[in-house]
Amino acid sequence: MPGPTPDVDDDAPSDDSDDGVRIDMISGARMDGLTGMEKIRLILDGVRDGNIVILEEGLSPDEESKLIEVTMTEISPDDFTGIEIETYPKAEAGDQSFLDKLMGRKSTQKLTVIGPANQIETLHKDENLISTLVSRK
Amino acid sequence: MGLLTNLKDSISRVTDGLFAADEPKRIGIYGPPNAGKTTLANRIARDWTGDAVGPESHIPHETRRARRKENVEIERNGRKVTIDIVDTPGVTTKVDYKEFLDHDMEKDDAVRRSREATEGVAEAMHWLREDVDGVIYVLDSTTDPFTQVNTMLIGIIESQDLPALILANKTDLPGSDVQQIANAFPQHETIPLSALEGDNMDEVYTKIAEYFG
Repeated sequence: MPGPTPDVDDDAPSDDSDDGVRIDMISGARMDGLTGMEKIRLILDGVRDGNIVILEEGLSPDEESKLIEVTMTEISPDDFTGIEIETYPKAEAGDQSFLDKLMGRKSTQKLTVIGPANQIETLHKDENLISTLVSRK
Repeated sequence: MGLLTNLKDSISRVTDGLFAADEPKRIGIYGPPNAGKTTLANRIARDWTGDAVGPESHIPHETRRARRKENVEIERNGRKVTIDIVDTPGVTTKVDYKEFLDHDMEKDDAVRRSREATEGVAEAMHWLREDVDGVIYVLDSTTDPFTQVNTMLIGIIESQDLPALILANKTDLPGSDVQQIANAFPQHETIPLSALEGDNMDEVYTKIAEYFG
């Protein structure tokens, strides 16, 4: 039985996608309560609607791996060509708890930008800046 | 009853360990499309078994299924290392059949190829999570290694605690920049090579034996 469907549309105004590009900025707190598959569904449902999804805290490596895998299964000609994704790791020192440092665990928190591959193009990325061109459908 | 169960479990663990030590390690060859993964897999397989693994091509996503070459015995410094080579499709987050039309392909063929490519990438990710014991990560040293796919894949490999060897391929081409790859992943050793020309394969085999033996 499918679990609860997380949706960022809950409080959104009526569809205005014809007028621009919608950006969903999703907090770490919002993602915390979701399972890995729910996170992937939340991202891909948004991206397939043509939205840009920005995650405050990103995904774990295992979730990233599954995101690639599920994205591949959903690609279809003339409809969905996949995703463009860029991340920035947050400064580690401040985010790590004492236990994390002791255990050698690295923080996986990273600002992540995900969009439809046919609408988002990374123009430039360096250690301080991601420059992205976003086009309408 | 509990004592017997414990004894059985202990024996099973010991025998499993013995057999596991004898089993060849499955080494996945990963990397972005067109990095030369199949050329490398073929080079290794031909050098040590005489057979190839699969067809090579300059068209992206020529490899659309993970292919395994079993029991490749590599001998280094008087020591034998037996591995199964798993040549995987190039990993990407997007596949557009229109890109194949640039390679003189009809639409139907291009659509079929893109569908197979997406299935192949999904399969490669599954192998990475479940079925490989180590990774050879191949990069084209003439291209920018600071891509999101490379960063994500190296992160995934590290999170699985898999031994990983990074190879800077295509050193025979003008514009090859091995240092750029070493700078991108300083936490790993980078070995330069030309899988096509067979340059520096001695060092590659020594490192394979060292990392996966």
